[in-house]
Amino acid sequence: MASLTMTRWQLLRYVVAENPLSLAAFLLFAALVLLALIGPWIAPFDALASNVGAPLSPPSMAHWFGTDSLGRDILSRVIIAARLDLGIAVAAVGISCILGGLAGAFAGYFGGWTDRIVGRLSDTIMAFPLFVLAMGIVAALGNTVANIVIATAIINLPFYIRVARAESNVLRNAGFVEAARLAGNGEVRLLFHHIIPNILPPMTVQISLNMGWAILNAAGLSFIGLGVRPPAAEWGIMVAEGAQYIVSGEWWIALFPGAVLMLAVFCFNLLGDSLRDLVDPRRRT
Amino acid sequence: MLTTILKRLLGAIPNLIGVIVVTFLLTRALPGDPAAFFAGASGTAEAVEEIRKKLGLDKSLPEQFIVYVRDLASGDWGFSHATGQPVLTELTTRLPASLELTLAGLFLAVIVAIPLGILAATRPGSWIDHLCRGIATAGVSLPTFFTGLLLAYIFYFLLGWAPPPLGRLDPYLSAPPTVTGFYLIDSLIARDFEVFIGALKQLILPTITLALFVLAPLARMTRASMLGVLSADFIRTARASGLAPTTVLFAYAFRNALLPVMTTLGMVFSFLLGSNVLVEKVFAWPGIGSFAIEALVASDYAPVQGFVLSMALLYVLLNLTIDIAYGFVDPRMRVDG
Amino acid sequence: MSALLAIENLSLEFRTRSGIVRALENVSLQLPEGGSLGLVGESGSGKSVLSFAVLGIQDAAATVTGGTIRFADKDLLADAGSAMKNMRGRELAMIFQNPRVALNPIRQVGQQIEDVLRRHTALRGAAARARAIECLADVRIPDPERRYTAYPFELSGGMCQRVMIAIALACKPRLLIADEPTTGLDVTTQAAIMRLIRDLGHEKGMATLLITHDLGLARDFCDRLAVMHAGHIVESGATETLFRAPAHPYTAQLVRATPVGQDKLENLASIPGNLPDLRRSDLPPCRFSERCELRGDACATALPSVDVSTGHLVACHHPQLRTRP
Ligand SMILES: Nc1ncnc2c1ncn2[C@@H]1O[C@H](COP(=O)(O)OP(=O)(O)O)[C@@H](O)[C@H]1O
Ligand code: SF4
Ligand SMILES: [Mg+2]
Repeated sequence: MASLTMTRWQLLRYVVAENPLSLAAFLLFAALVLLALIGPWIAPFDALASNVGAPLSPPSMAHWFGTDSLGRDILSRVIIAARLDLGIAVAAVGISCILGGLAGAFAGYFGGWTDRIVGRLSDTIMAFPLFVLAMGIVAALGNTVANIVIATAIINLPFYIRVARAESNVLRNAGFVEAARLAGNGEVRLLFHHIIPNILPPMTVQISLNMGWAILNAAGLSFIGLGVRPPAAEWGIMVAEGAQYIVSGEWWIALFPGAVLMLAVFCFNLLGDSLRDLVDPRRRT
Repeated sequence: MLTTILKRLLGAIPNLIGVIVVTFLLTRALPGDPAAFFAGASGTAEAVEEIRKKLGLDKSLPEQFIVYVRDLASGDWGFSHATGQPVLTELTTRLPASLELTLAGLFLAVIVAIPLGILAATRPGSWIDHLCRGIATAGVSLPTFFTGLLLAYIFYFLLGWAPPPLGRLDPYLSAPPTVTGFYLIDSLIARDFEVFIGALKQLILPTITLALFVLAPLARMTRASMLGVLSADFIRTARASGLAPTTVLFAYAFRNALLPVMTTLGMVFSFLLGSNVLVEKVFAWPGIGSFAIEALVASDYAPVQGFVLSMALLYVLLNLTIDIAYGFVDPRMRVDG
Repeated sequence: MSALLAIENLSLEFRTRSGIVRALENVSLQLPEGGSLGLVGESGSGKSVLSFAVLGIQDAAATVTGGTIRFADKDLLADAGSAMKNMRGRELAMIFQNPRVALNPIRQVGQQIEDVLRRHTALRGAAARARAIECLADVRIPDPERRYTAYPFELSGGMCQRVMIAIALACKPRLLIADEPTTGLDVTTQAAIMRLIRDLGHEKGMATLLITHDLGLARDFCDRLAVMHAGHIVESGATETLFRAPAHPYTAQLVRATPVGQDKLENLASIPGNLPDLRRSDLPPCRFSERCELRGDACATALPSVDVSTGHLVACHHPQLRTRP
């Protein structure tokens, strides 16, 4: 065990040395999480208050990221938004991972009808362009943040189902599972005590690979006016608010939230890649 | 070959049914009274009642489903309250604009990503390899709507190289007579080069925006798949037989590397169709994406559902095409029986 | 007259992330026109690396650090340019193990033969096709017209190996290198393929270099043997002599480990120890010394090349000179 963790550590050091960006991504990730946690206390202004500065004023010492058309401080809004953006993504991915993981584990373990139904469900979701399906779901369920979370969770389901299904299908016949079965453990107990704990590492990798995409989808939905409603601060909707001013040269309104969104997604994607290298070095590309 | 195609066609049917069932469920999932939603904010009580009858909401769910499918098949996709037109008409007139943009984006992505992936795979560890990895990670991190705005700001506002990001054609030019609905093609058919150039200029920025996003998975896959194939035994045989390096690279390695790339094309199309909606909004592109967004904002649901369904059908069709094309490239898929 | 293929003191190394792999060191061997030489040794001893170097298809990480390879009096290493490119596949040809994956999976086998014909001959169109079908018939493939359009996945392993031989022989090469040609085939097919290679070699007056870890196979097939161990040729000589009087301890062990006639498998000795890691910087001059029972003090000095008898060379400080009855 000790030697295993040693090699993990060595591998971690190797991954970081190989790709210094991983380290940068990890620091950025820590900063984002911090923002989401303590954002409201460090934001220099009230994110929702109008006219804390002159409307549409460019970045200055008082307002580092400038102000928007209502005179709101963009820096404060960008900071406050971290909690909502990350919150939506984490909630969606969490729901998706739990439901998809369970469905996939059952399908892979029991096979037969369970497998066919789960497979059909997953195929049906994948038969849609996923962002478009999310649009349709939010439109049908109603225009709320909760429904954005649900829609994002649904379009992420197939990825977790696939991973969990493949893993549990292999583990089902593994030696230690066979031994536990002979020891008289029931199928459901086997599933929860022996299969699912072993599915967790690949699921973690999948989570980190999907997180960036989930953030992008949620922000995309609010960009087109779904879910998050003004005056709430959220990166996608802030870019949408700034969009009309781009052509008249007021670039800062859309640029800062957009850039932070991009950095956040980039950071999650880099972390996902590094984590995959760590867990499964064979799949390095 | 024919049997293979037929088999693929049959294989697409479950997905087709799945798509229709899901869109049907989405129309019924509307919170509150779906009839009221379909009638729109300004719908009168009679209108609501009429829609309730028309949707068959007084019937059982399976009966409603049959009515739904029958209506779809007969081209009755409901009405748009904003324009007063049948949804199907609205969609078909706007579809070419979306398709032209999507295909242009795909085309650009493919002609950049595939050579990039090949170069990266043939020179592992070189600067072009690092560039390829960088693009692959950065590309999928780009919020399309943000890159679009950024490009518009730089190339329209700052540099003045691009036309204003407003639609398919400058207002002072008139659209070419419709043949295919693609302005680039129609203007060439009409030999109207001014319109061709105008349409091309409008197309460039949204195309780049789209391409940047889907370039990443394509380049990544091409690189990985080329790397795998280049170390395969049969490549060594080809080199040992003295075949020219270009023959080895293209006729032998690339054609084989194409197979895994083709299987990811489905995912690429999923990305492409989704980002298309966002790009259309940024560039005020008069396609079905902007149409759906306008309808969403106006709580006009029939067009939104029509949009989701048409995109899904288009996607099923694209996947089917990829499947069949795959059969042409890979003889192993062609075994009949 | 000079040999068709003459390798002198060839050294080759791989520069890898984890260090320099000294895969070949001072390798020398000769093969006369029309002769057959067996290159034997355990898996990992450098046989494939050597043959790839002859064809100039080695990995990009490989560097030749010394020595020469001459083929028909042309220096292949100096001539790495177009002369070599035109000879590869035409005068020197090669076939590989696992034939089912050594052919392009999505190209008709006939077309794969034609690709080679088009590269090296003036044949085009129907003439090229006819010649390709002839090549298939040459390797005793029944119904060659129909097989022309087959894909590798539609053929058995033995058939695929025949196709590969057809590709290799399409341009009537003077040397055929067969790298473990029977690995991955079932036993009856193995015999048929070996017979085919021998018969074609005789018919066409072609020299063959048979690479194998199976000394028995080499014995049935080759006039001469060269024994390879960890990137060194430790012994070479006439097949007959090597079996009767192996002079190098490694060869002796290999011979003892090879079933002869009615030998029972239990009677066979296995070779203790493993090949040394070729990345080590402290590789001893004799790379067999860590597995050798006869090691003495002299063994830490540079290896001699001892002429045991005419045409029988051994690289060892304590060659076993006694002759077995
Ligand atoms: N591309 C390579 N990079 C590093 N080492 C290599 C490479 N190819 C072969 N080697 C090393 O060269 C040695 C000989 O390999 P090979 O010629 O394949 O043995 P065999 O005798 O079984 O054909 C092995 O130790 C192998 O690890
Ligand atoms: S040189 Fe010495 S160590 Fe090497 S094989 Fe001969 S006797 Fe053994
Ligand atoms: Mg070998």
